[in-house]
Amino acid sequence: MRGPWSLLRGSLTGALIGVTINDRYASFVTVHGSSMLPTLECHPAKDRALVSRLCLDTRFGFSRGDVVLFRSPTDHRELMVKRLLALPGDWIQVPSAKEIRQVPEGHCWVEGDNADVSWDSRCYGPIPLGLMQGRVTHIVWPLNRIGRVERKMPEGRVMQR
Amino acid sequence: MSGFARRLAGFPWREFAADAFSRVFLIAQAVCAVHVVNAHVCSLAVVTGPSMLPSMNLAGDVVAVDRVSARLGRVASGDAVLLISPEDPRKPVVKRVLGMEGDAVTFLVDPGNSDESRTVVVPQGHVWVQGDNIYASRDSRHFGPIPYGLITGKVFCRLPLTEF
Repeated sequence: MRGPWSLLRGSLTGALIGVTINDRYASFVTVHGSSMLPTLECHPAKDRALVSRLCLDTRFGFSRGDVVLFRSPTDHRELMVKRLLALPGDWIQVPSAKEIRQVPEGHCWVEGDNADVSWDSRCYGPIPLGLMQGRVTHIVWPLNRIGRVERKMPEGRVMQR
Repeated sequence: MSGFARRLAGFPWREFAADAFSRVFLIAQAVCAVHVVNAHVCSLAVVTGPSMLPSMNLAGDVVAVDRVSARLGRVASGDAVLLISPEDPRKPVVKRVLGMEGDAVTFLVDPGNSDESRTVVVPQGHVWVQGDNIYASRDSRHFGPIPYGLITGKVFCRLPLTEF
């Protein structure tokens, strides 16, 4: 029968390994809003998604059309999930303002799939890529919605650099 | 040949594998501990460049960065912070916070050439950062207020690089 110190050391080791895996390899996120319908739902059950952190290394490998997780530009404690539409240097058409904007260096343009309720780059502009926290790759809960989150781009809105 | 095979069979493979596994596990635990401390508690960074003269050296300084304060939101005007550049997500830079959200910041638009100044109100969730050396710094005067989420740590200790 091992003593309590052994249990404490075991849980500390487990916590260190868990935090490292969570920060560097993969993590889970729960969807709270309906801005990404129909890709990610929060009624009747909140979707839980797998977030890959491998894209955050020095190559910063994000592609147009990825669903990404990032820190909100208006509240650093809040995480948001949206689809990345444009990378630095791209030109994107903003339908509500009837204009075409160029995404500055180091920034990206994010929009929710559910355009009516989504609060995204159409409101607060392009966001720095430094806010990115990962790429959503799969839905893992509820069981009837398990599957990949596909890369999708809207037609005719983005002109690549 | 059969002598070699016998020596191979007699080798204590199980103990060898167990020993190797426990050593690798120990190294993995150490790497994880270093990552957790570096990313969540305290970190070191080497900074170079003229944008923070005279507070920091041109040739380079080693700065110690506190990650807990930044995560808890305890960054205030006057703090030197380490942040991810909004122009290049791979580049960490050190600047000083001059305005938090809601503050009105007045700055010189082009200090070497004119006296024109402008006042900006920092929007919600953003901060205004400037280098101490306003003549040689690329900061919020050029790329605007930055989201607080780009701040990765608060500088609390500095050592010149030449002392190593």
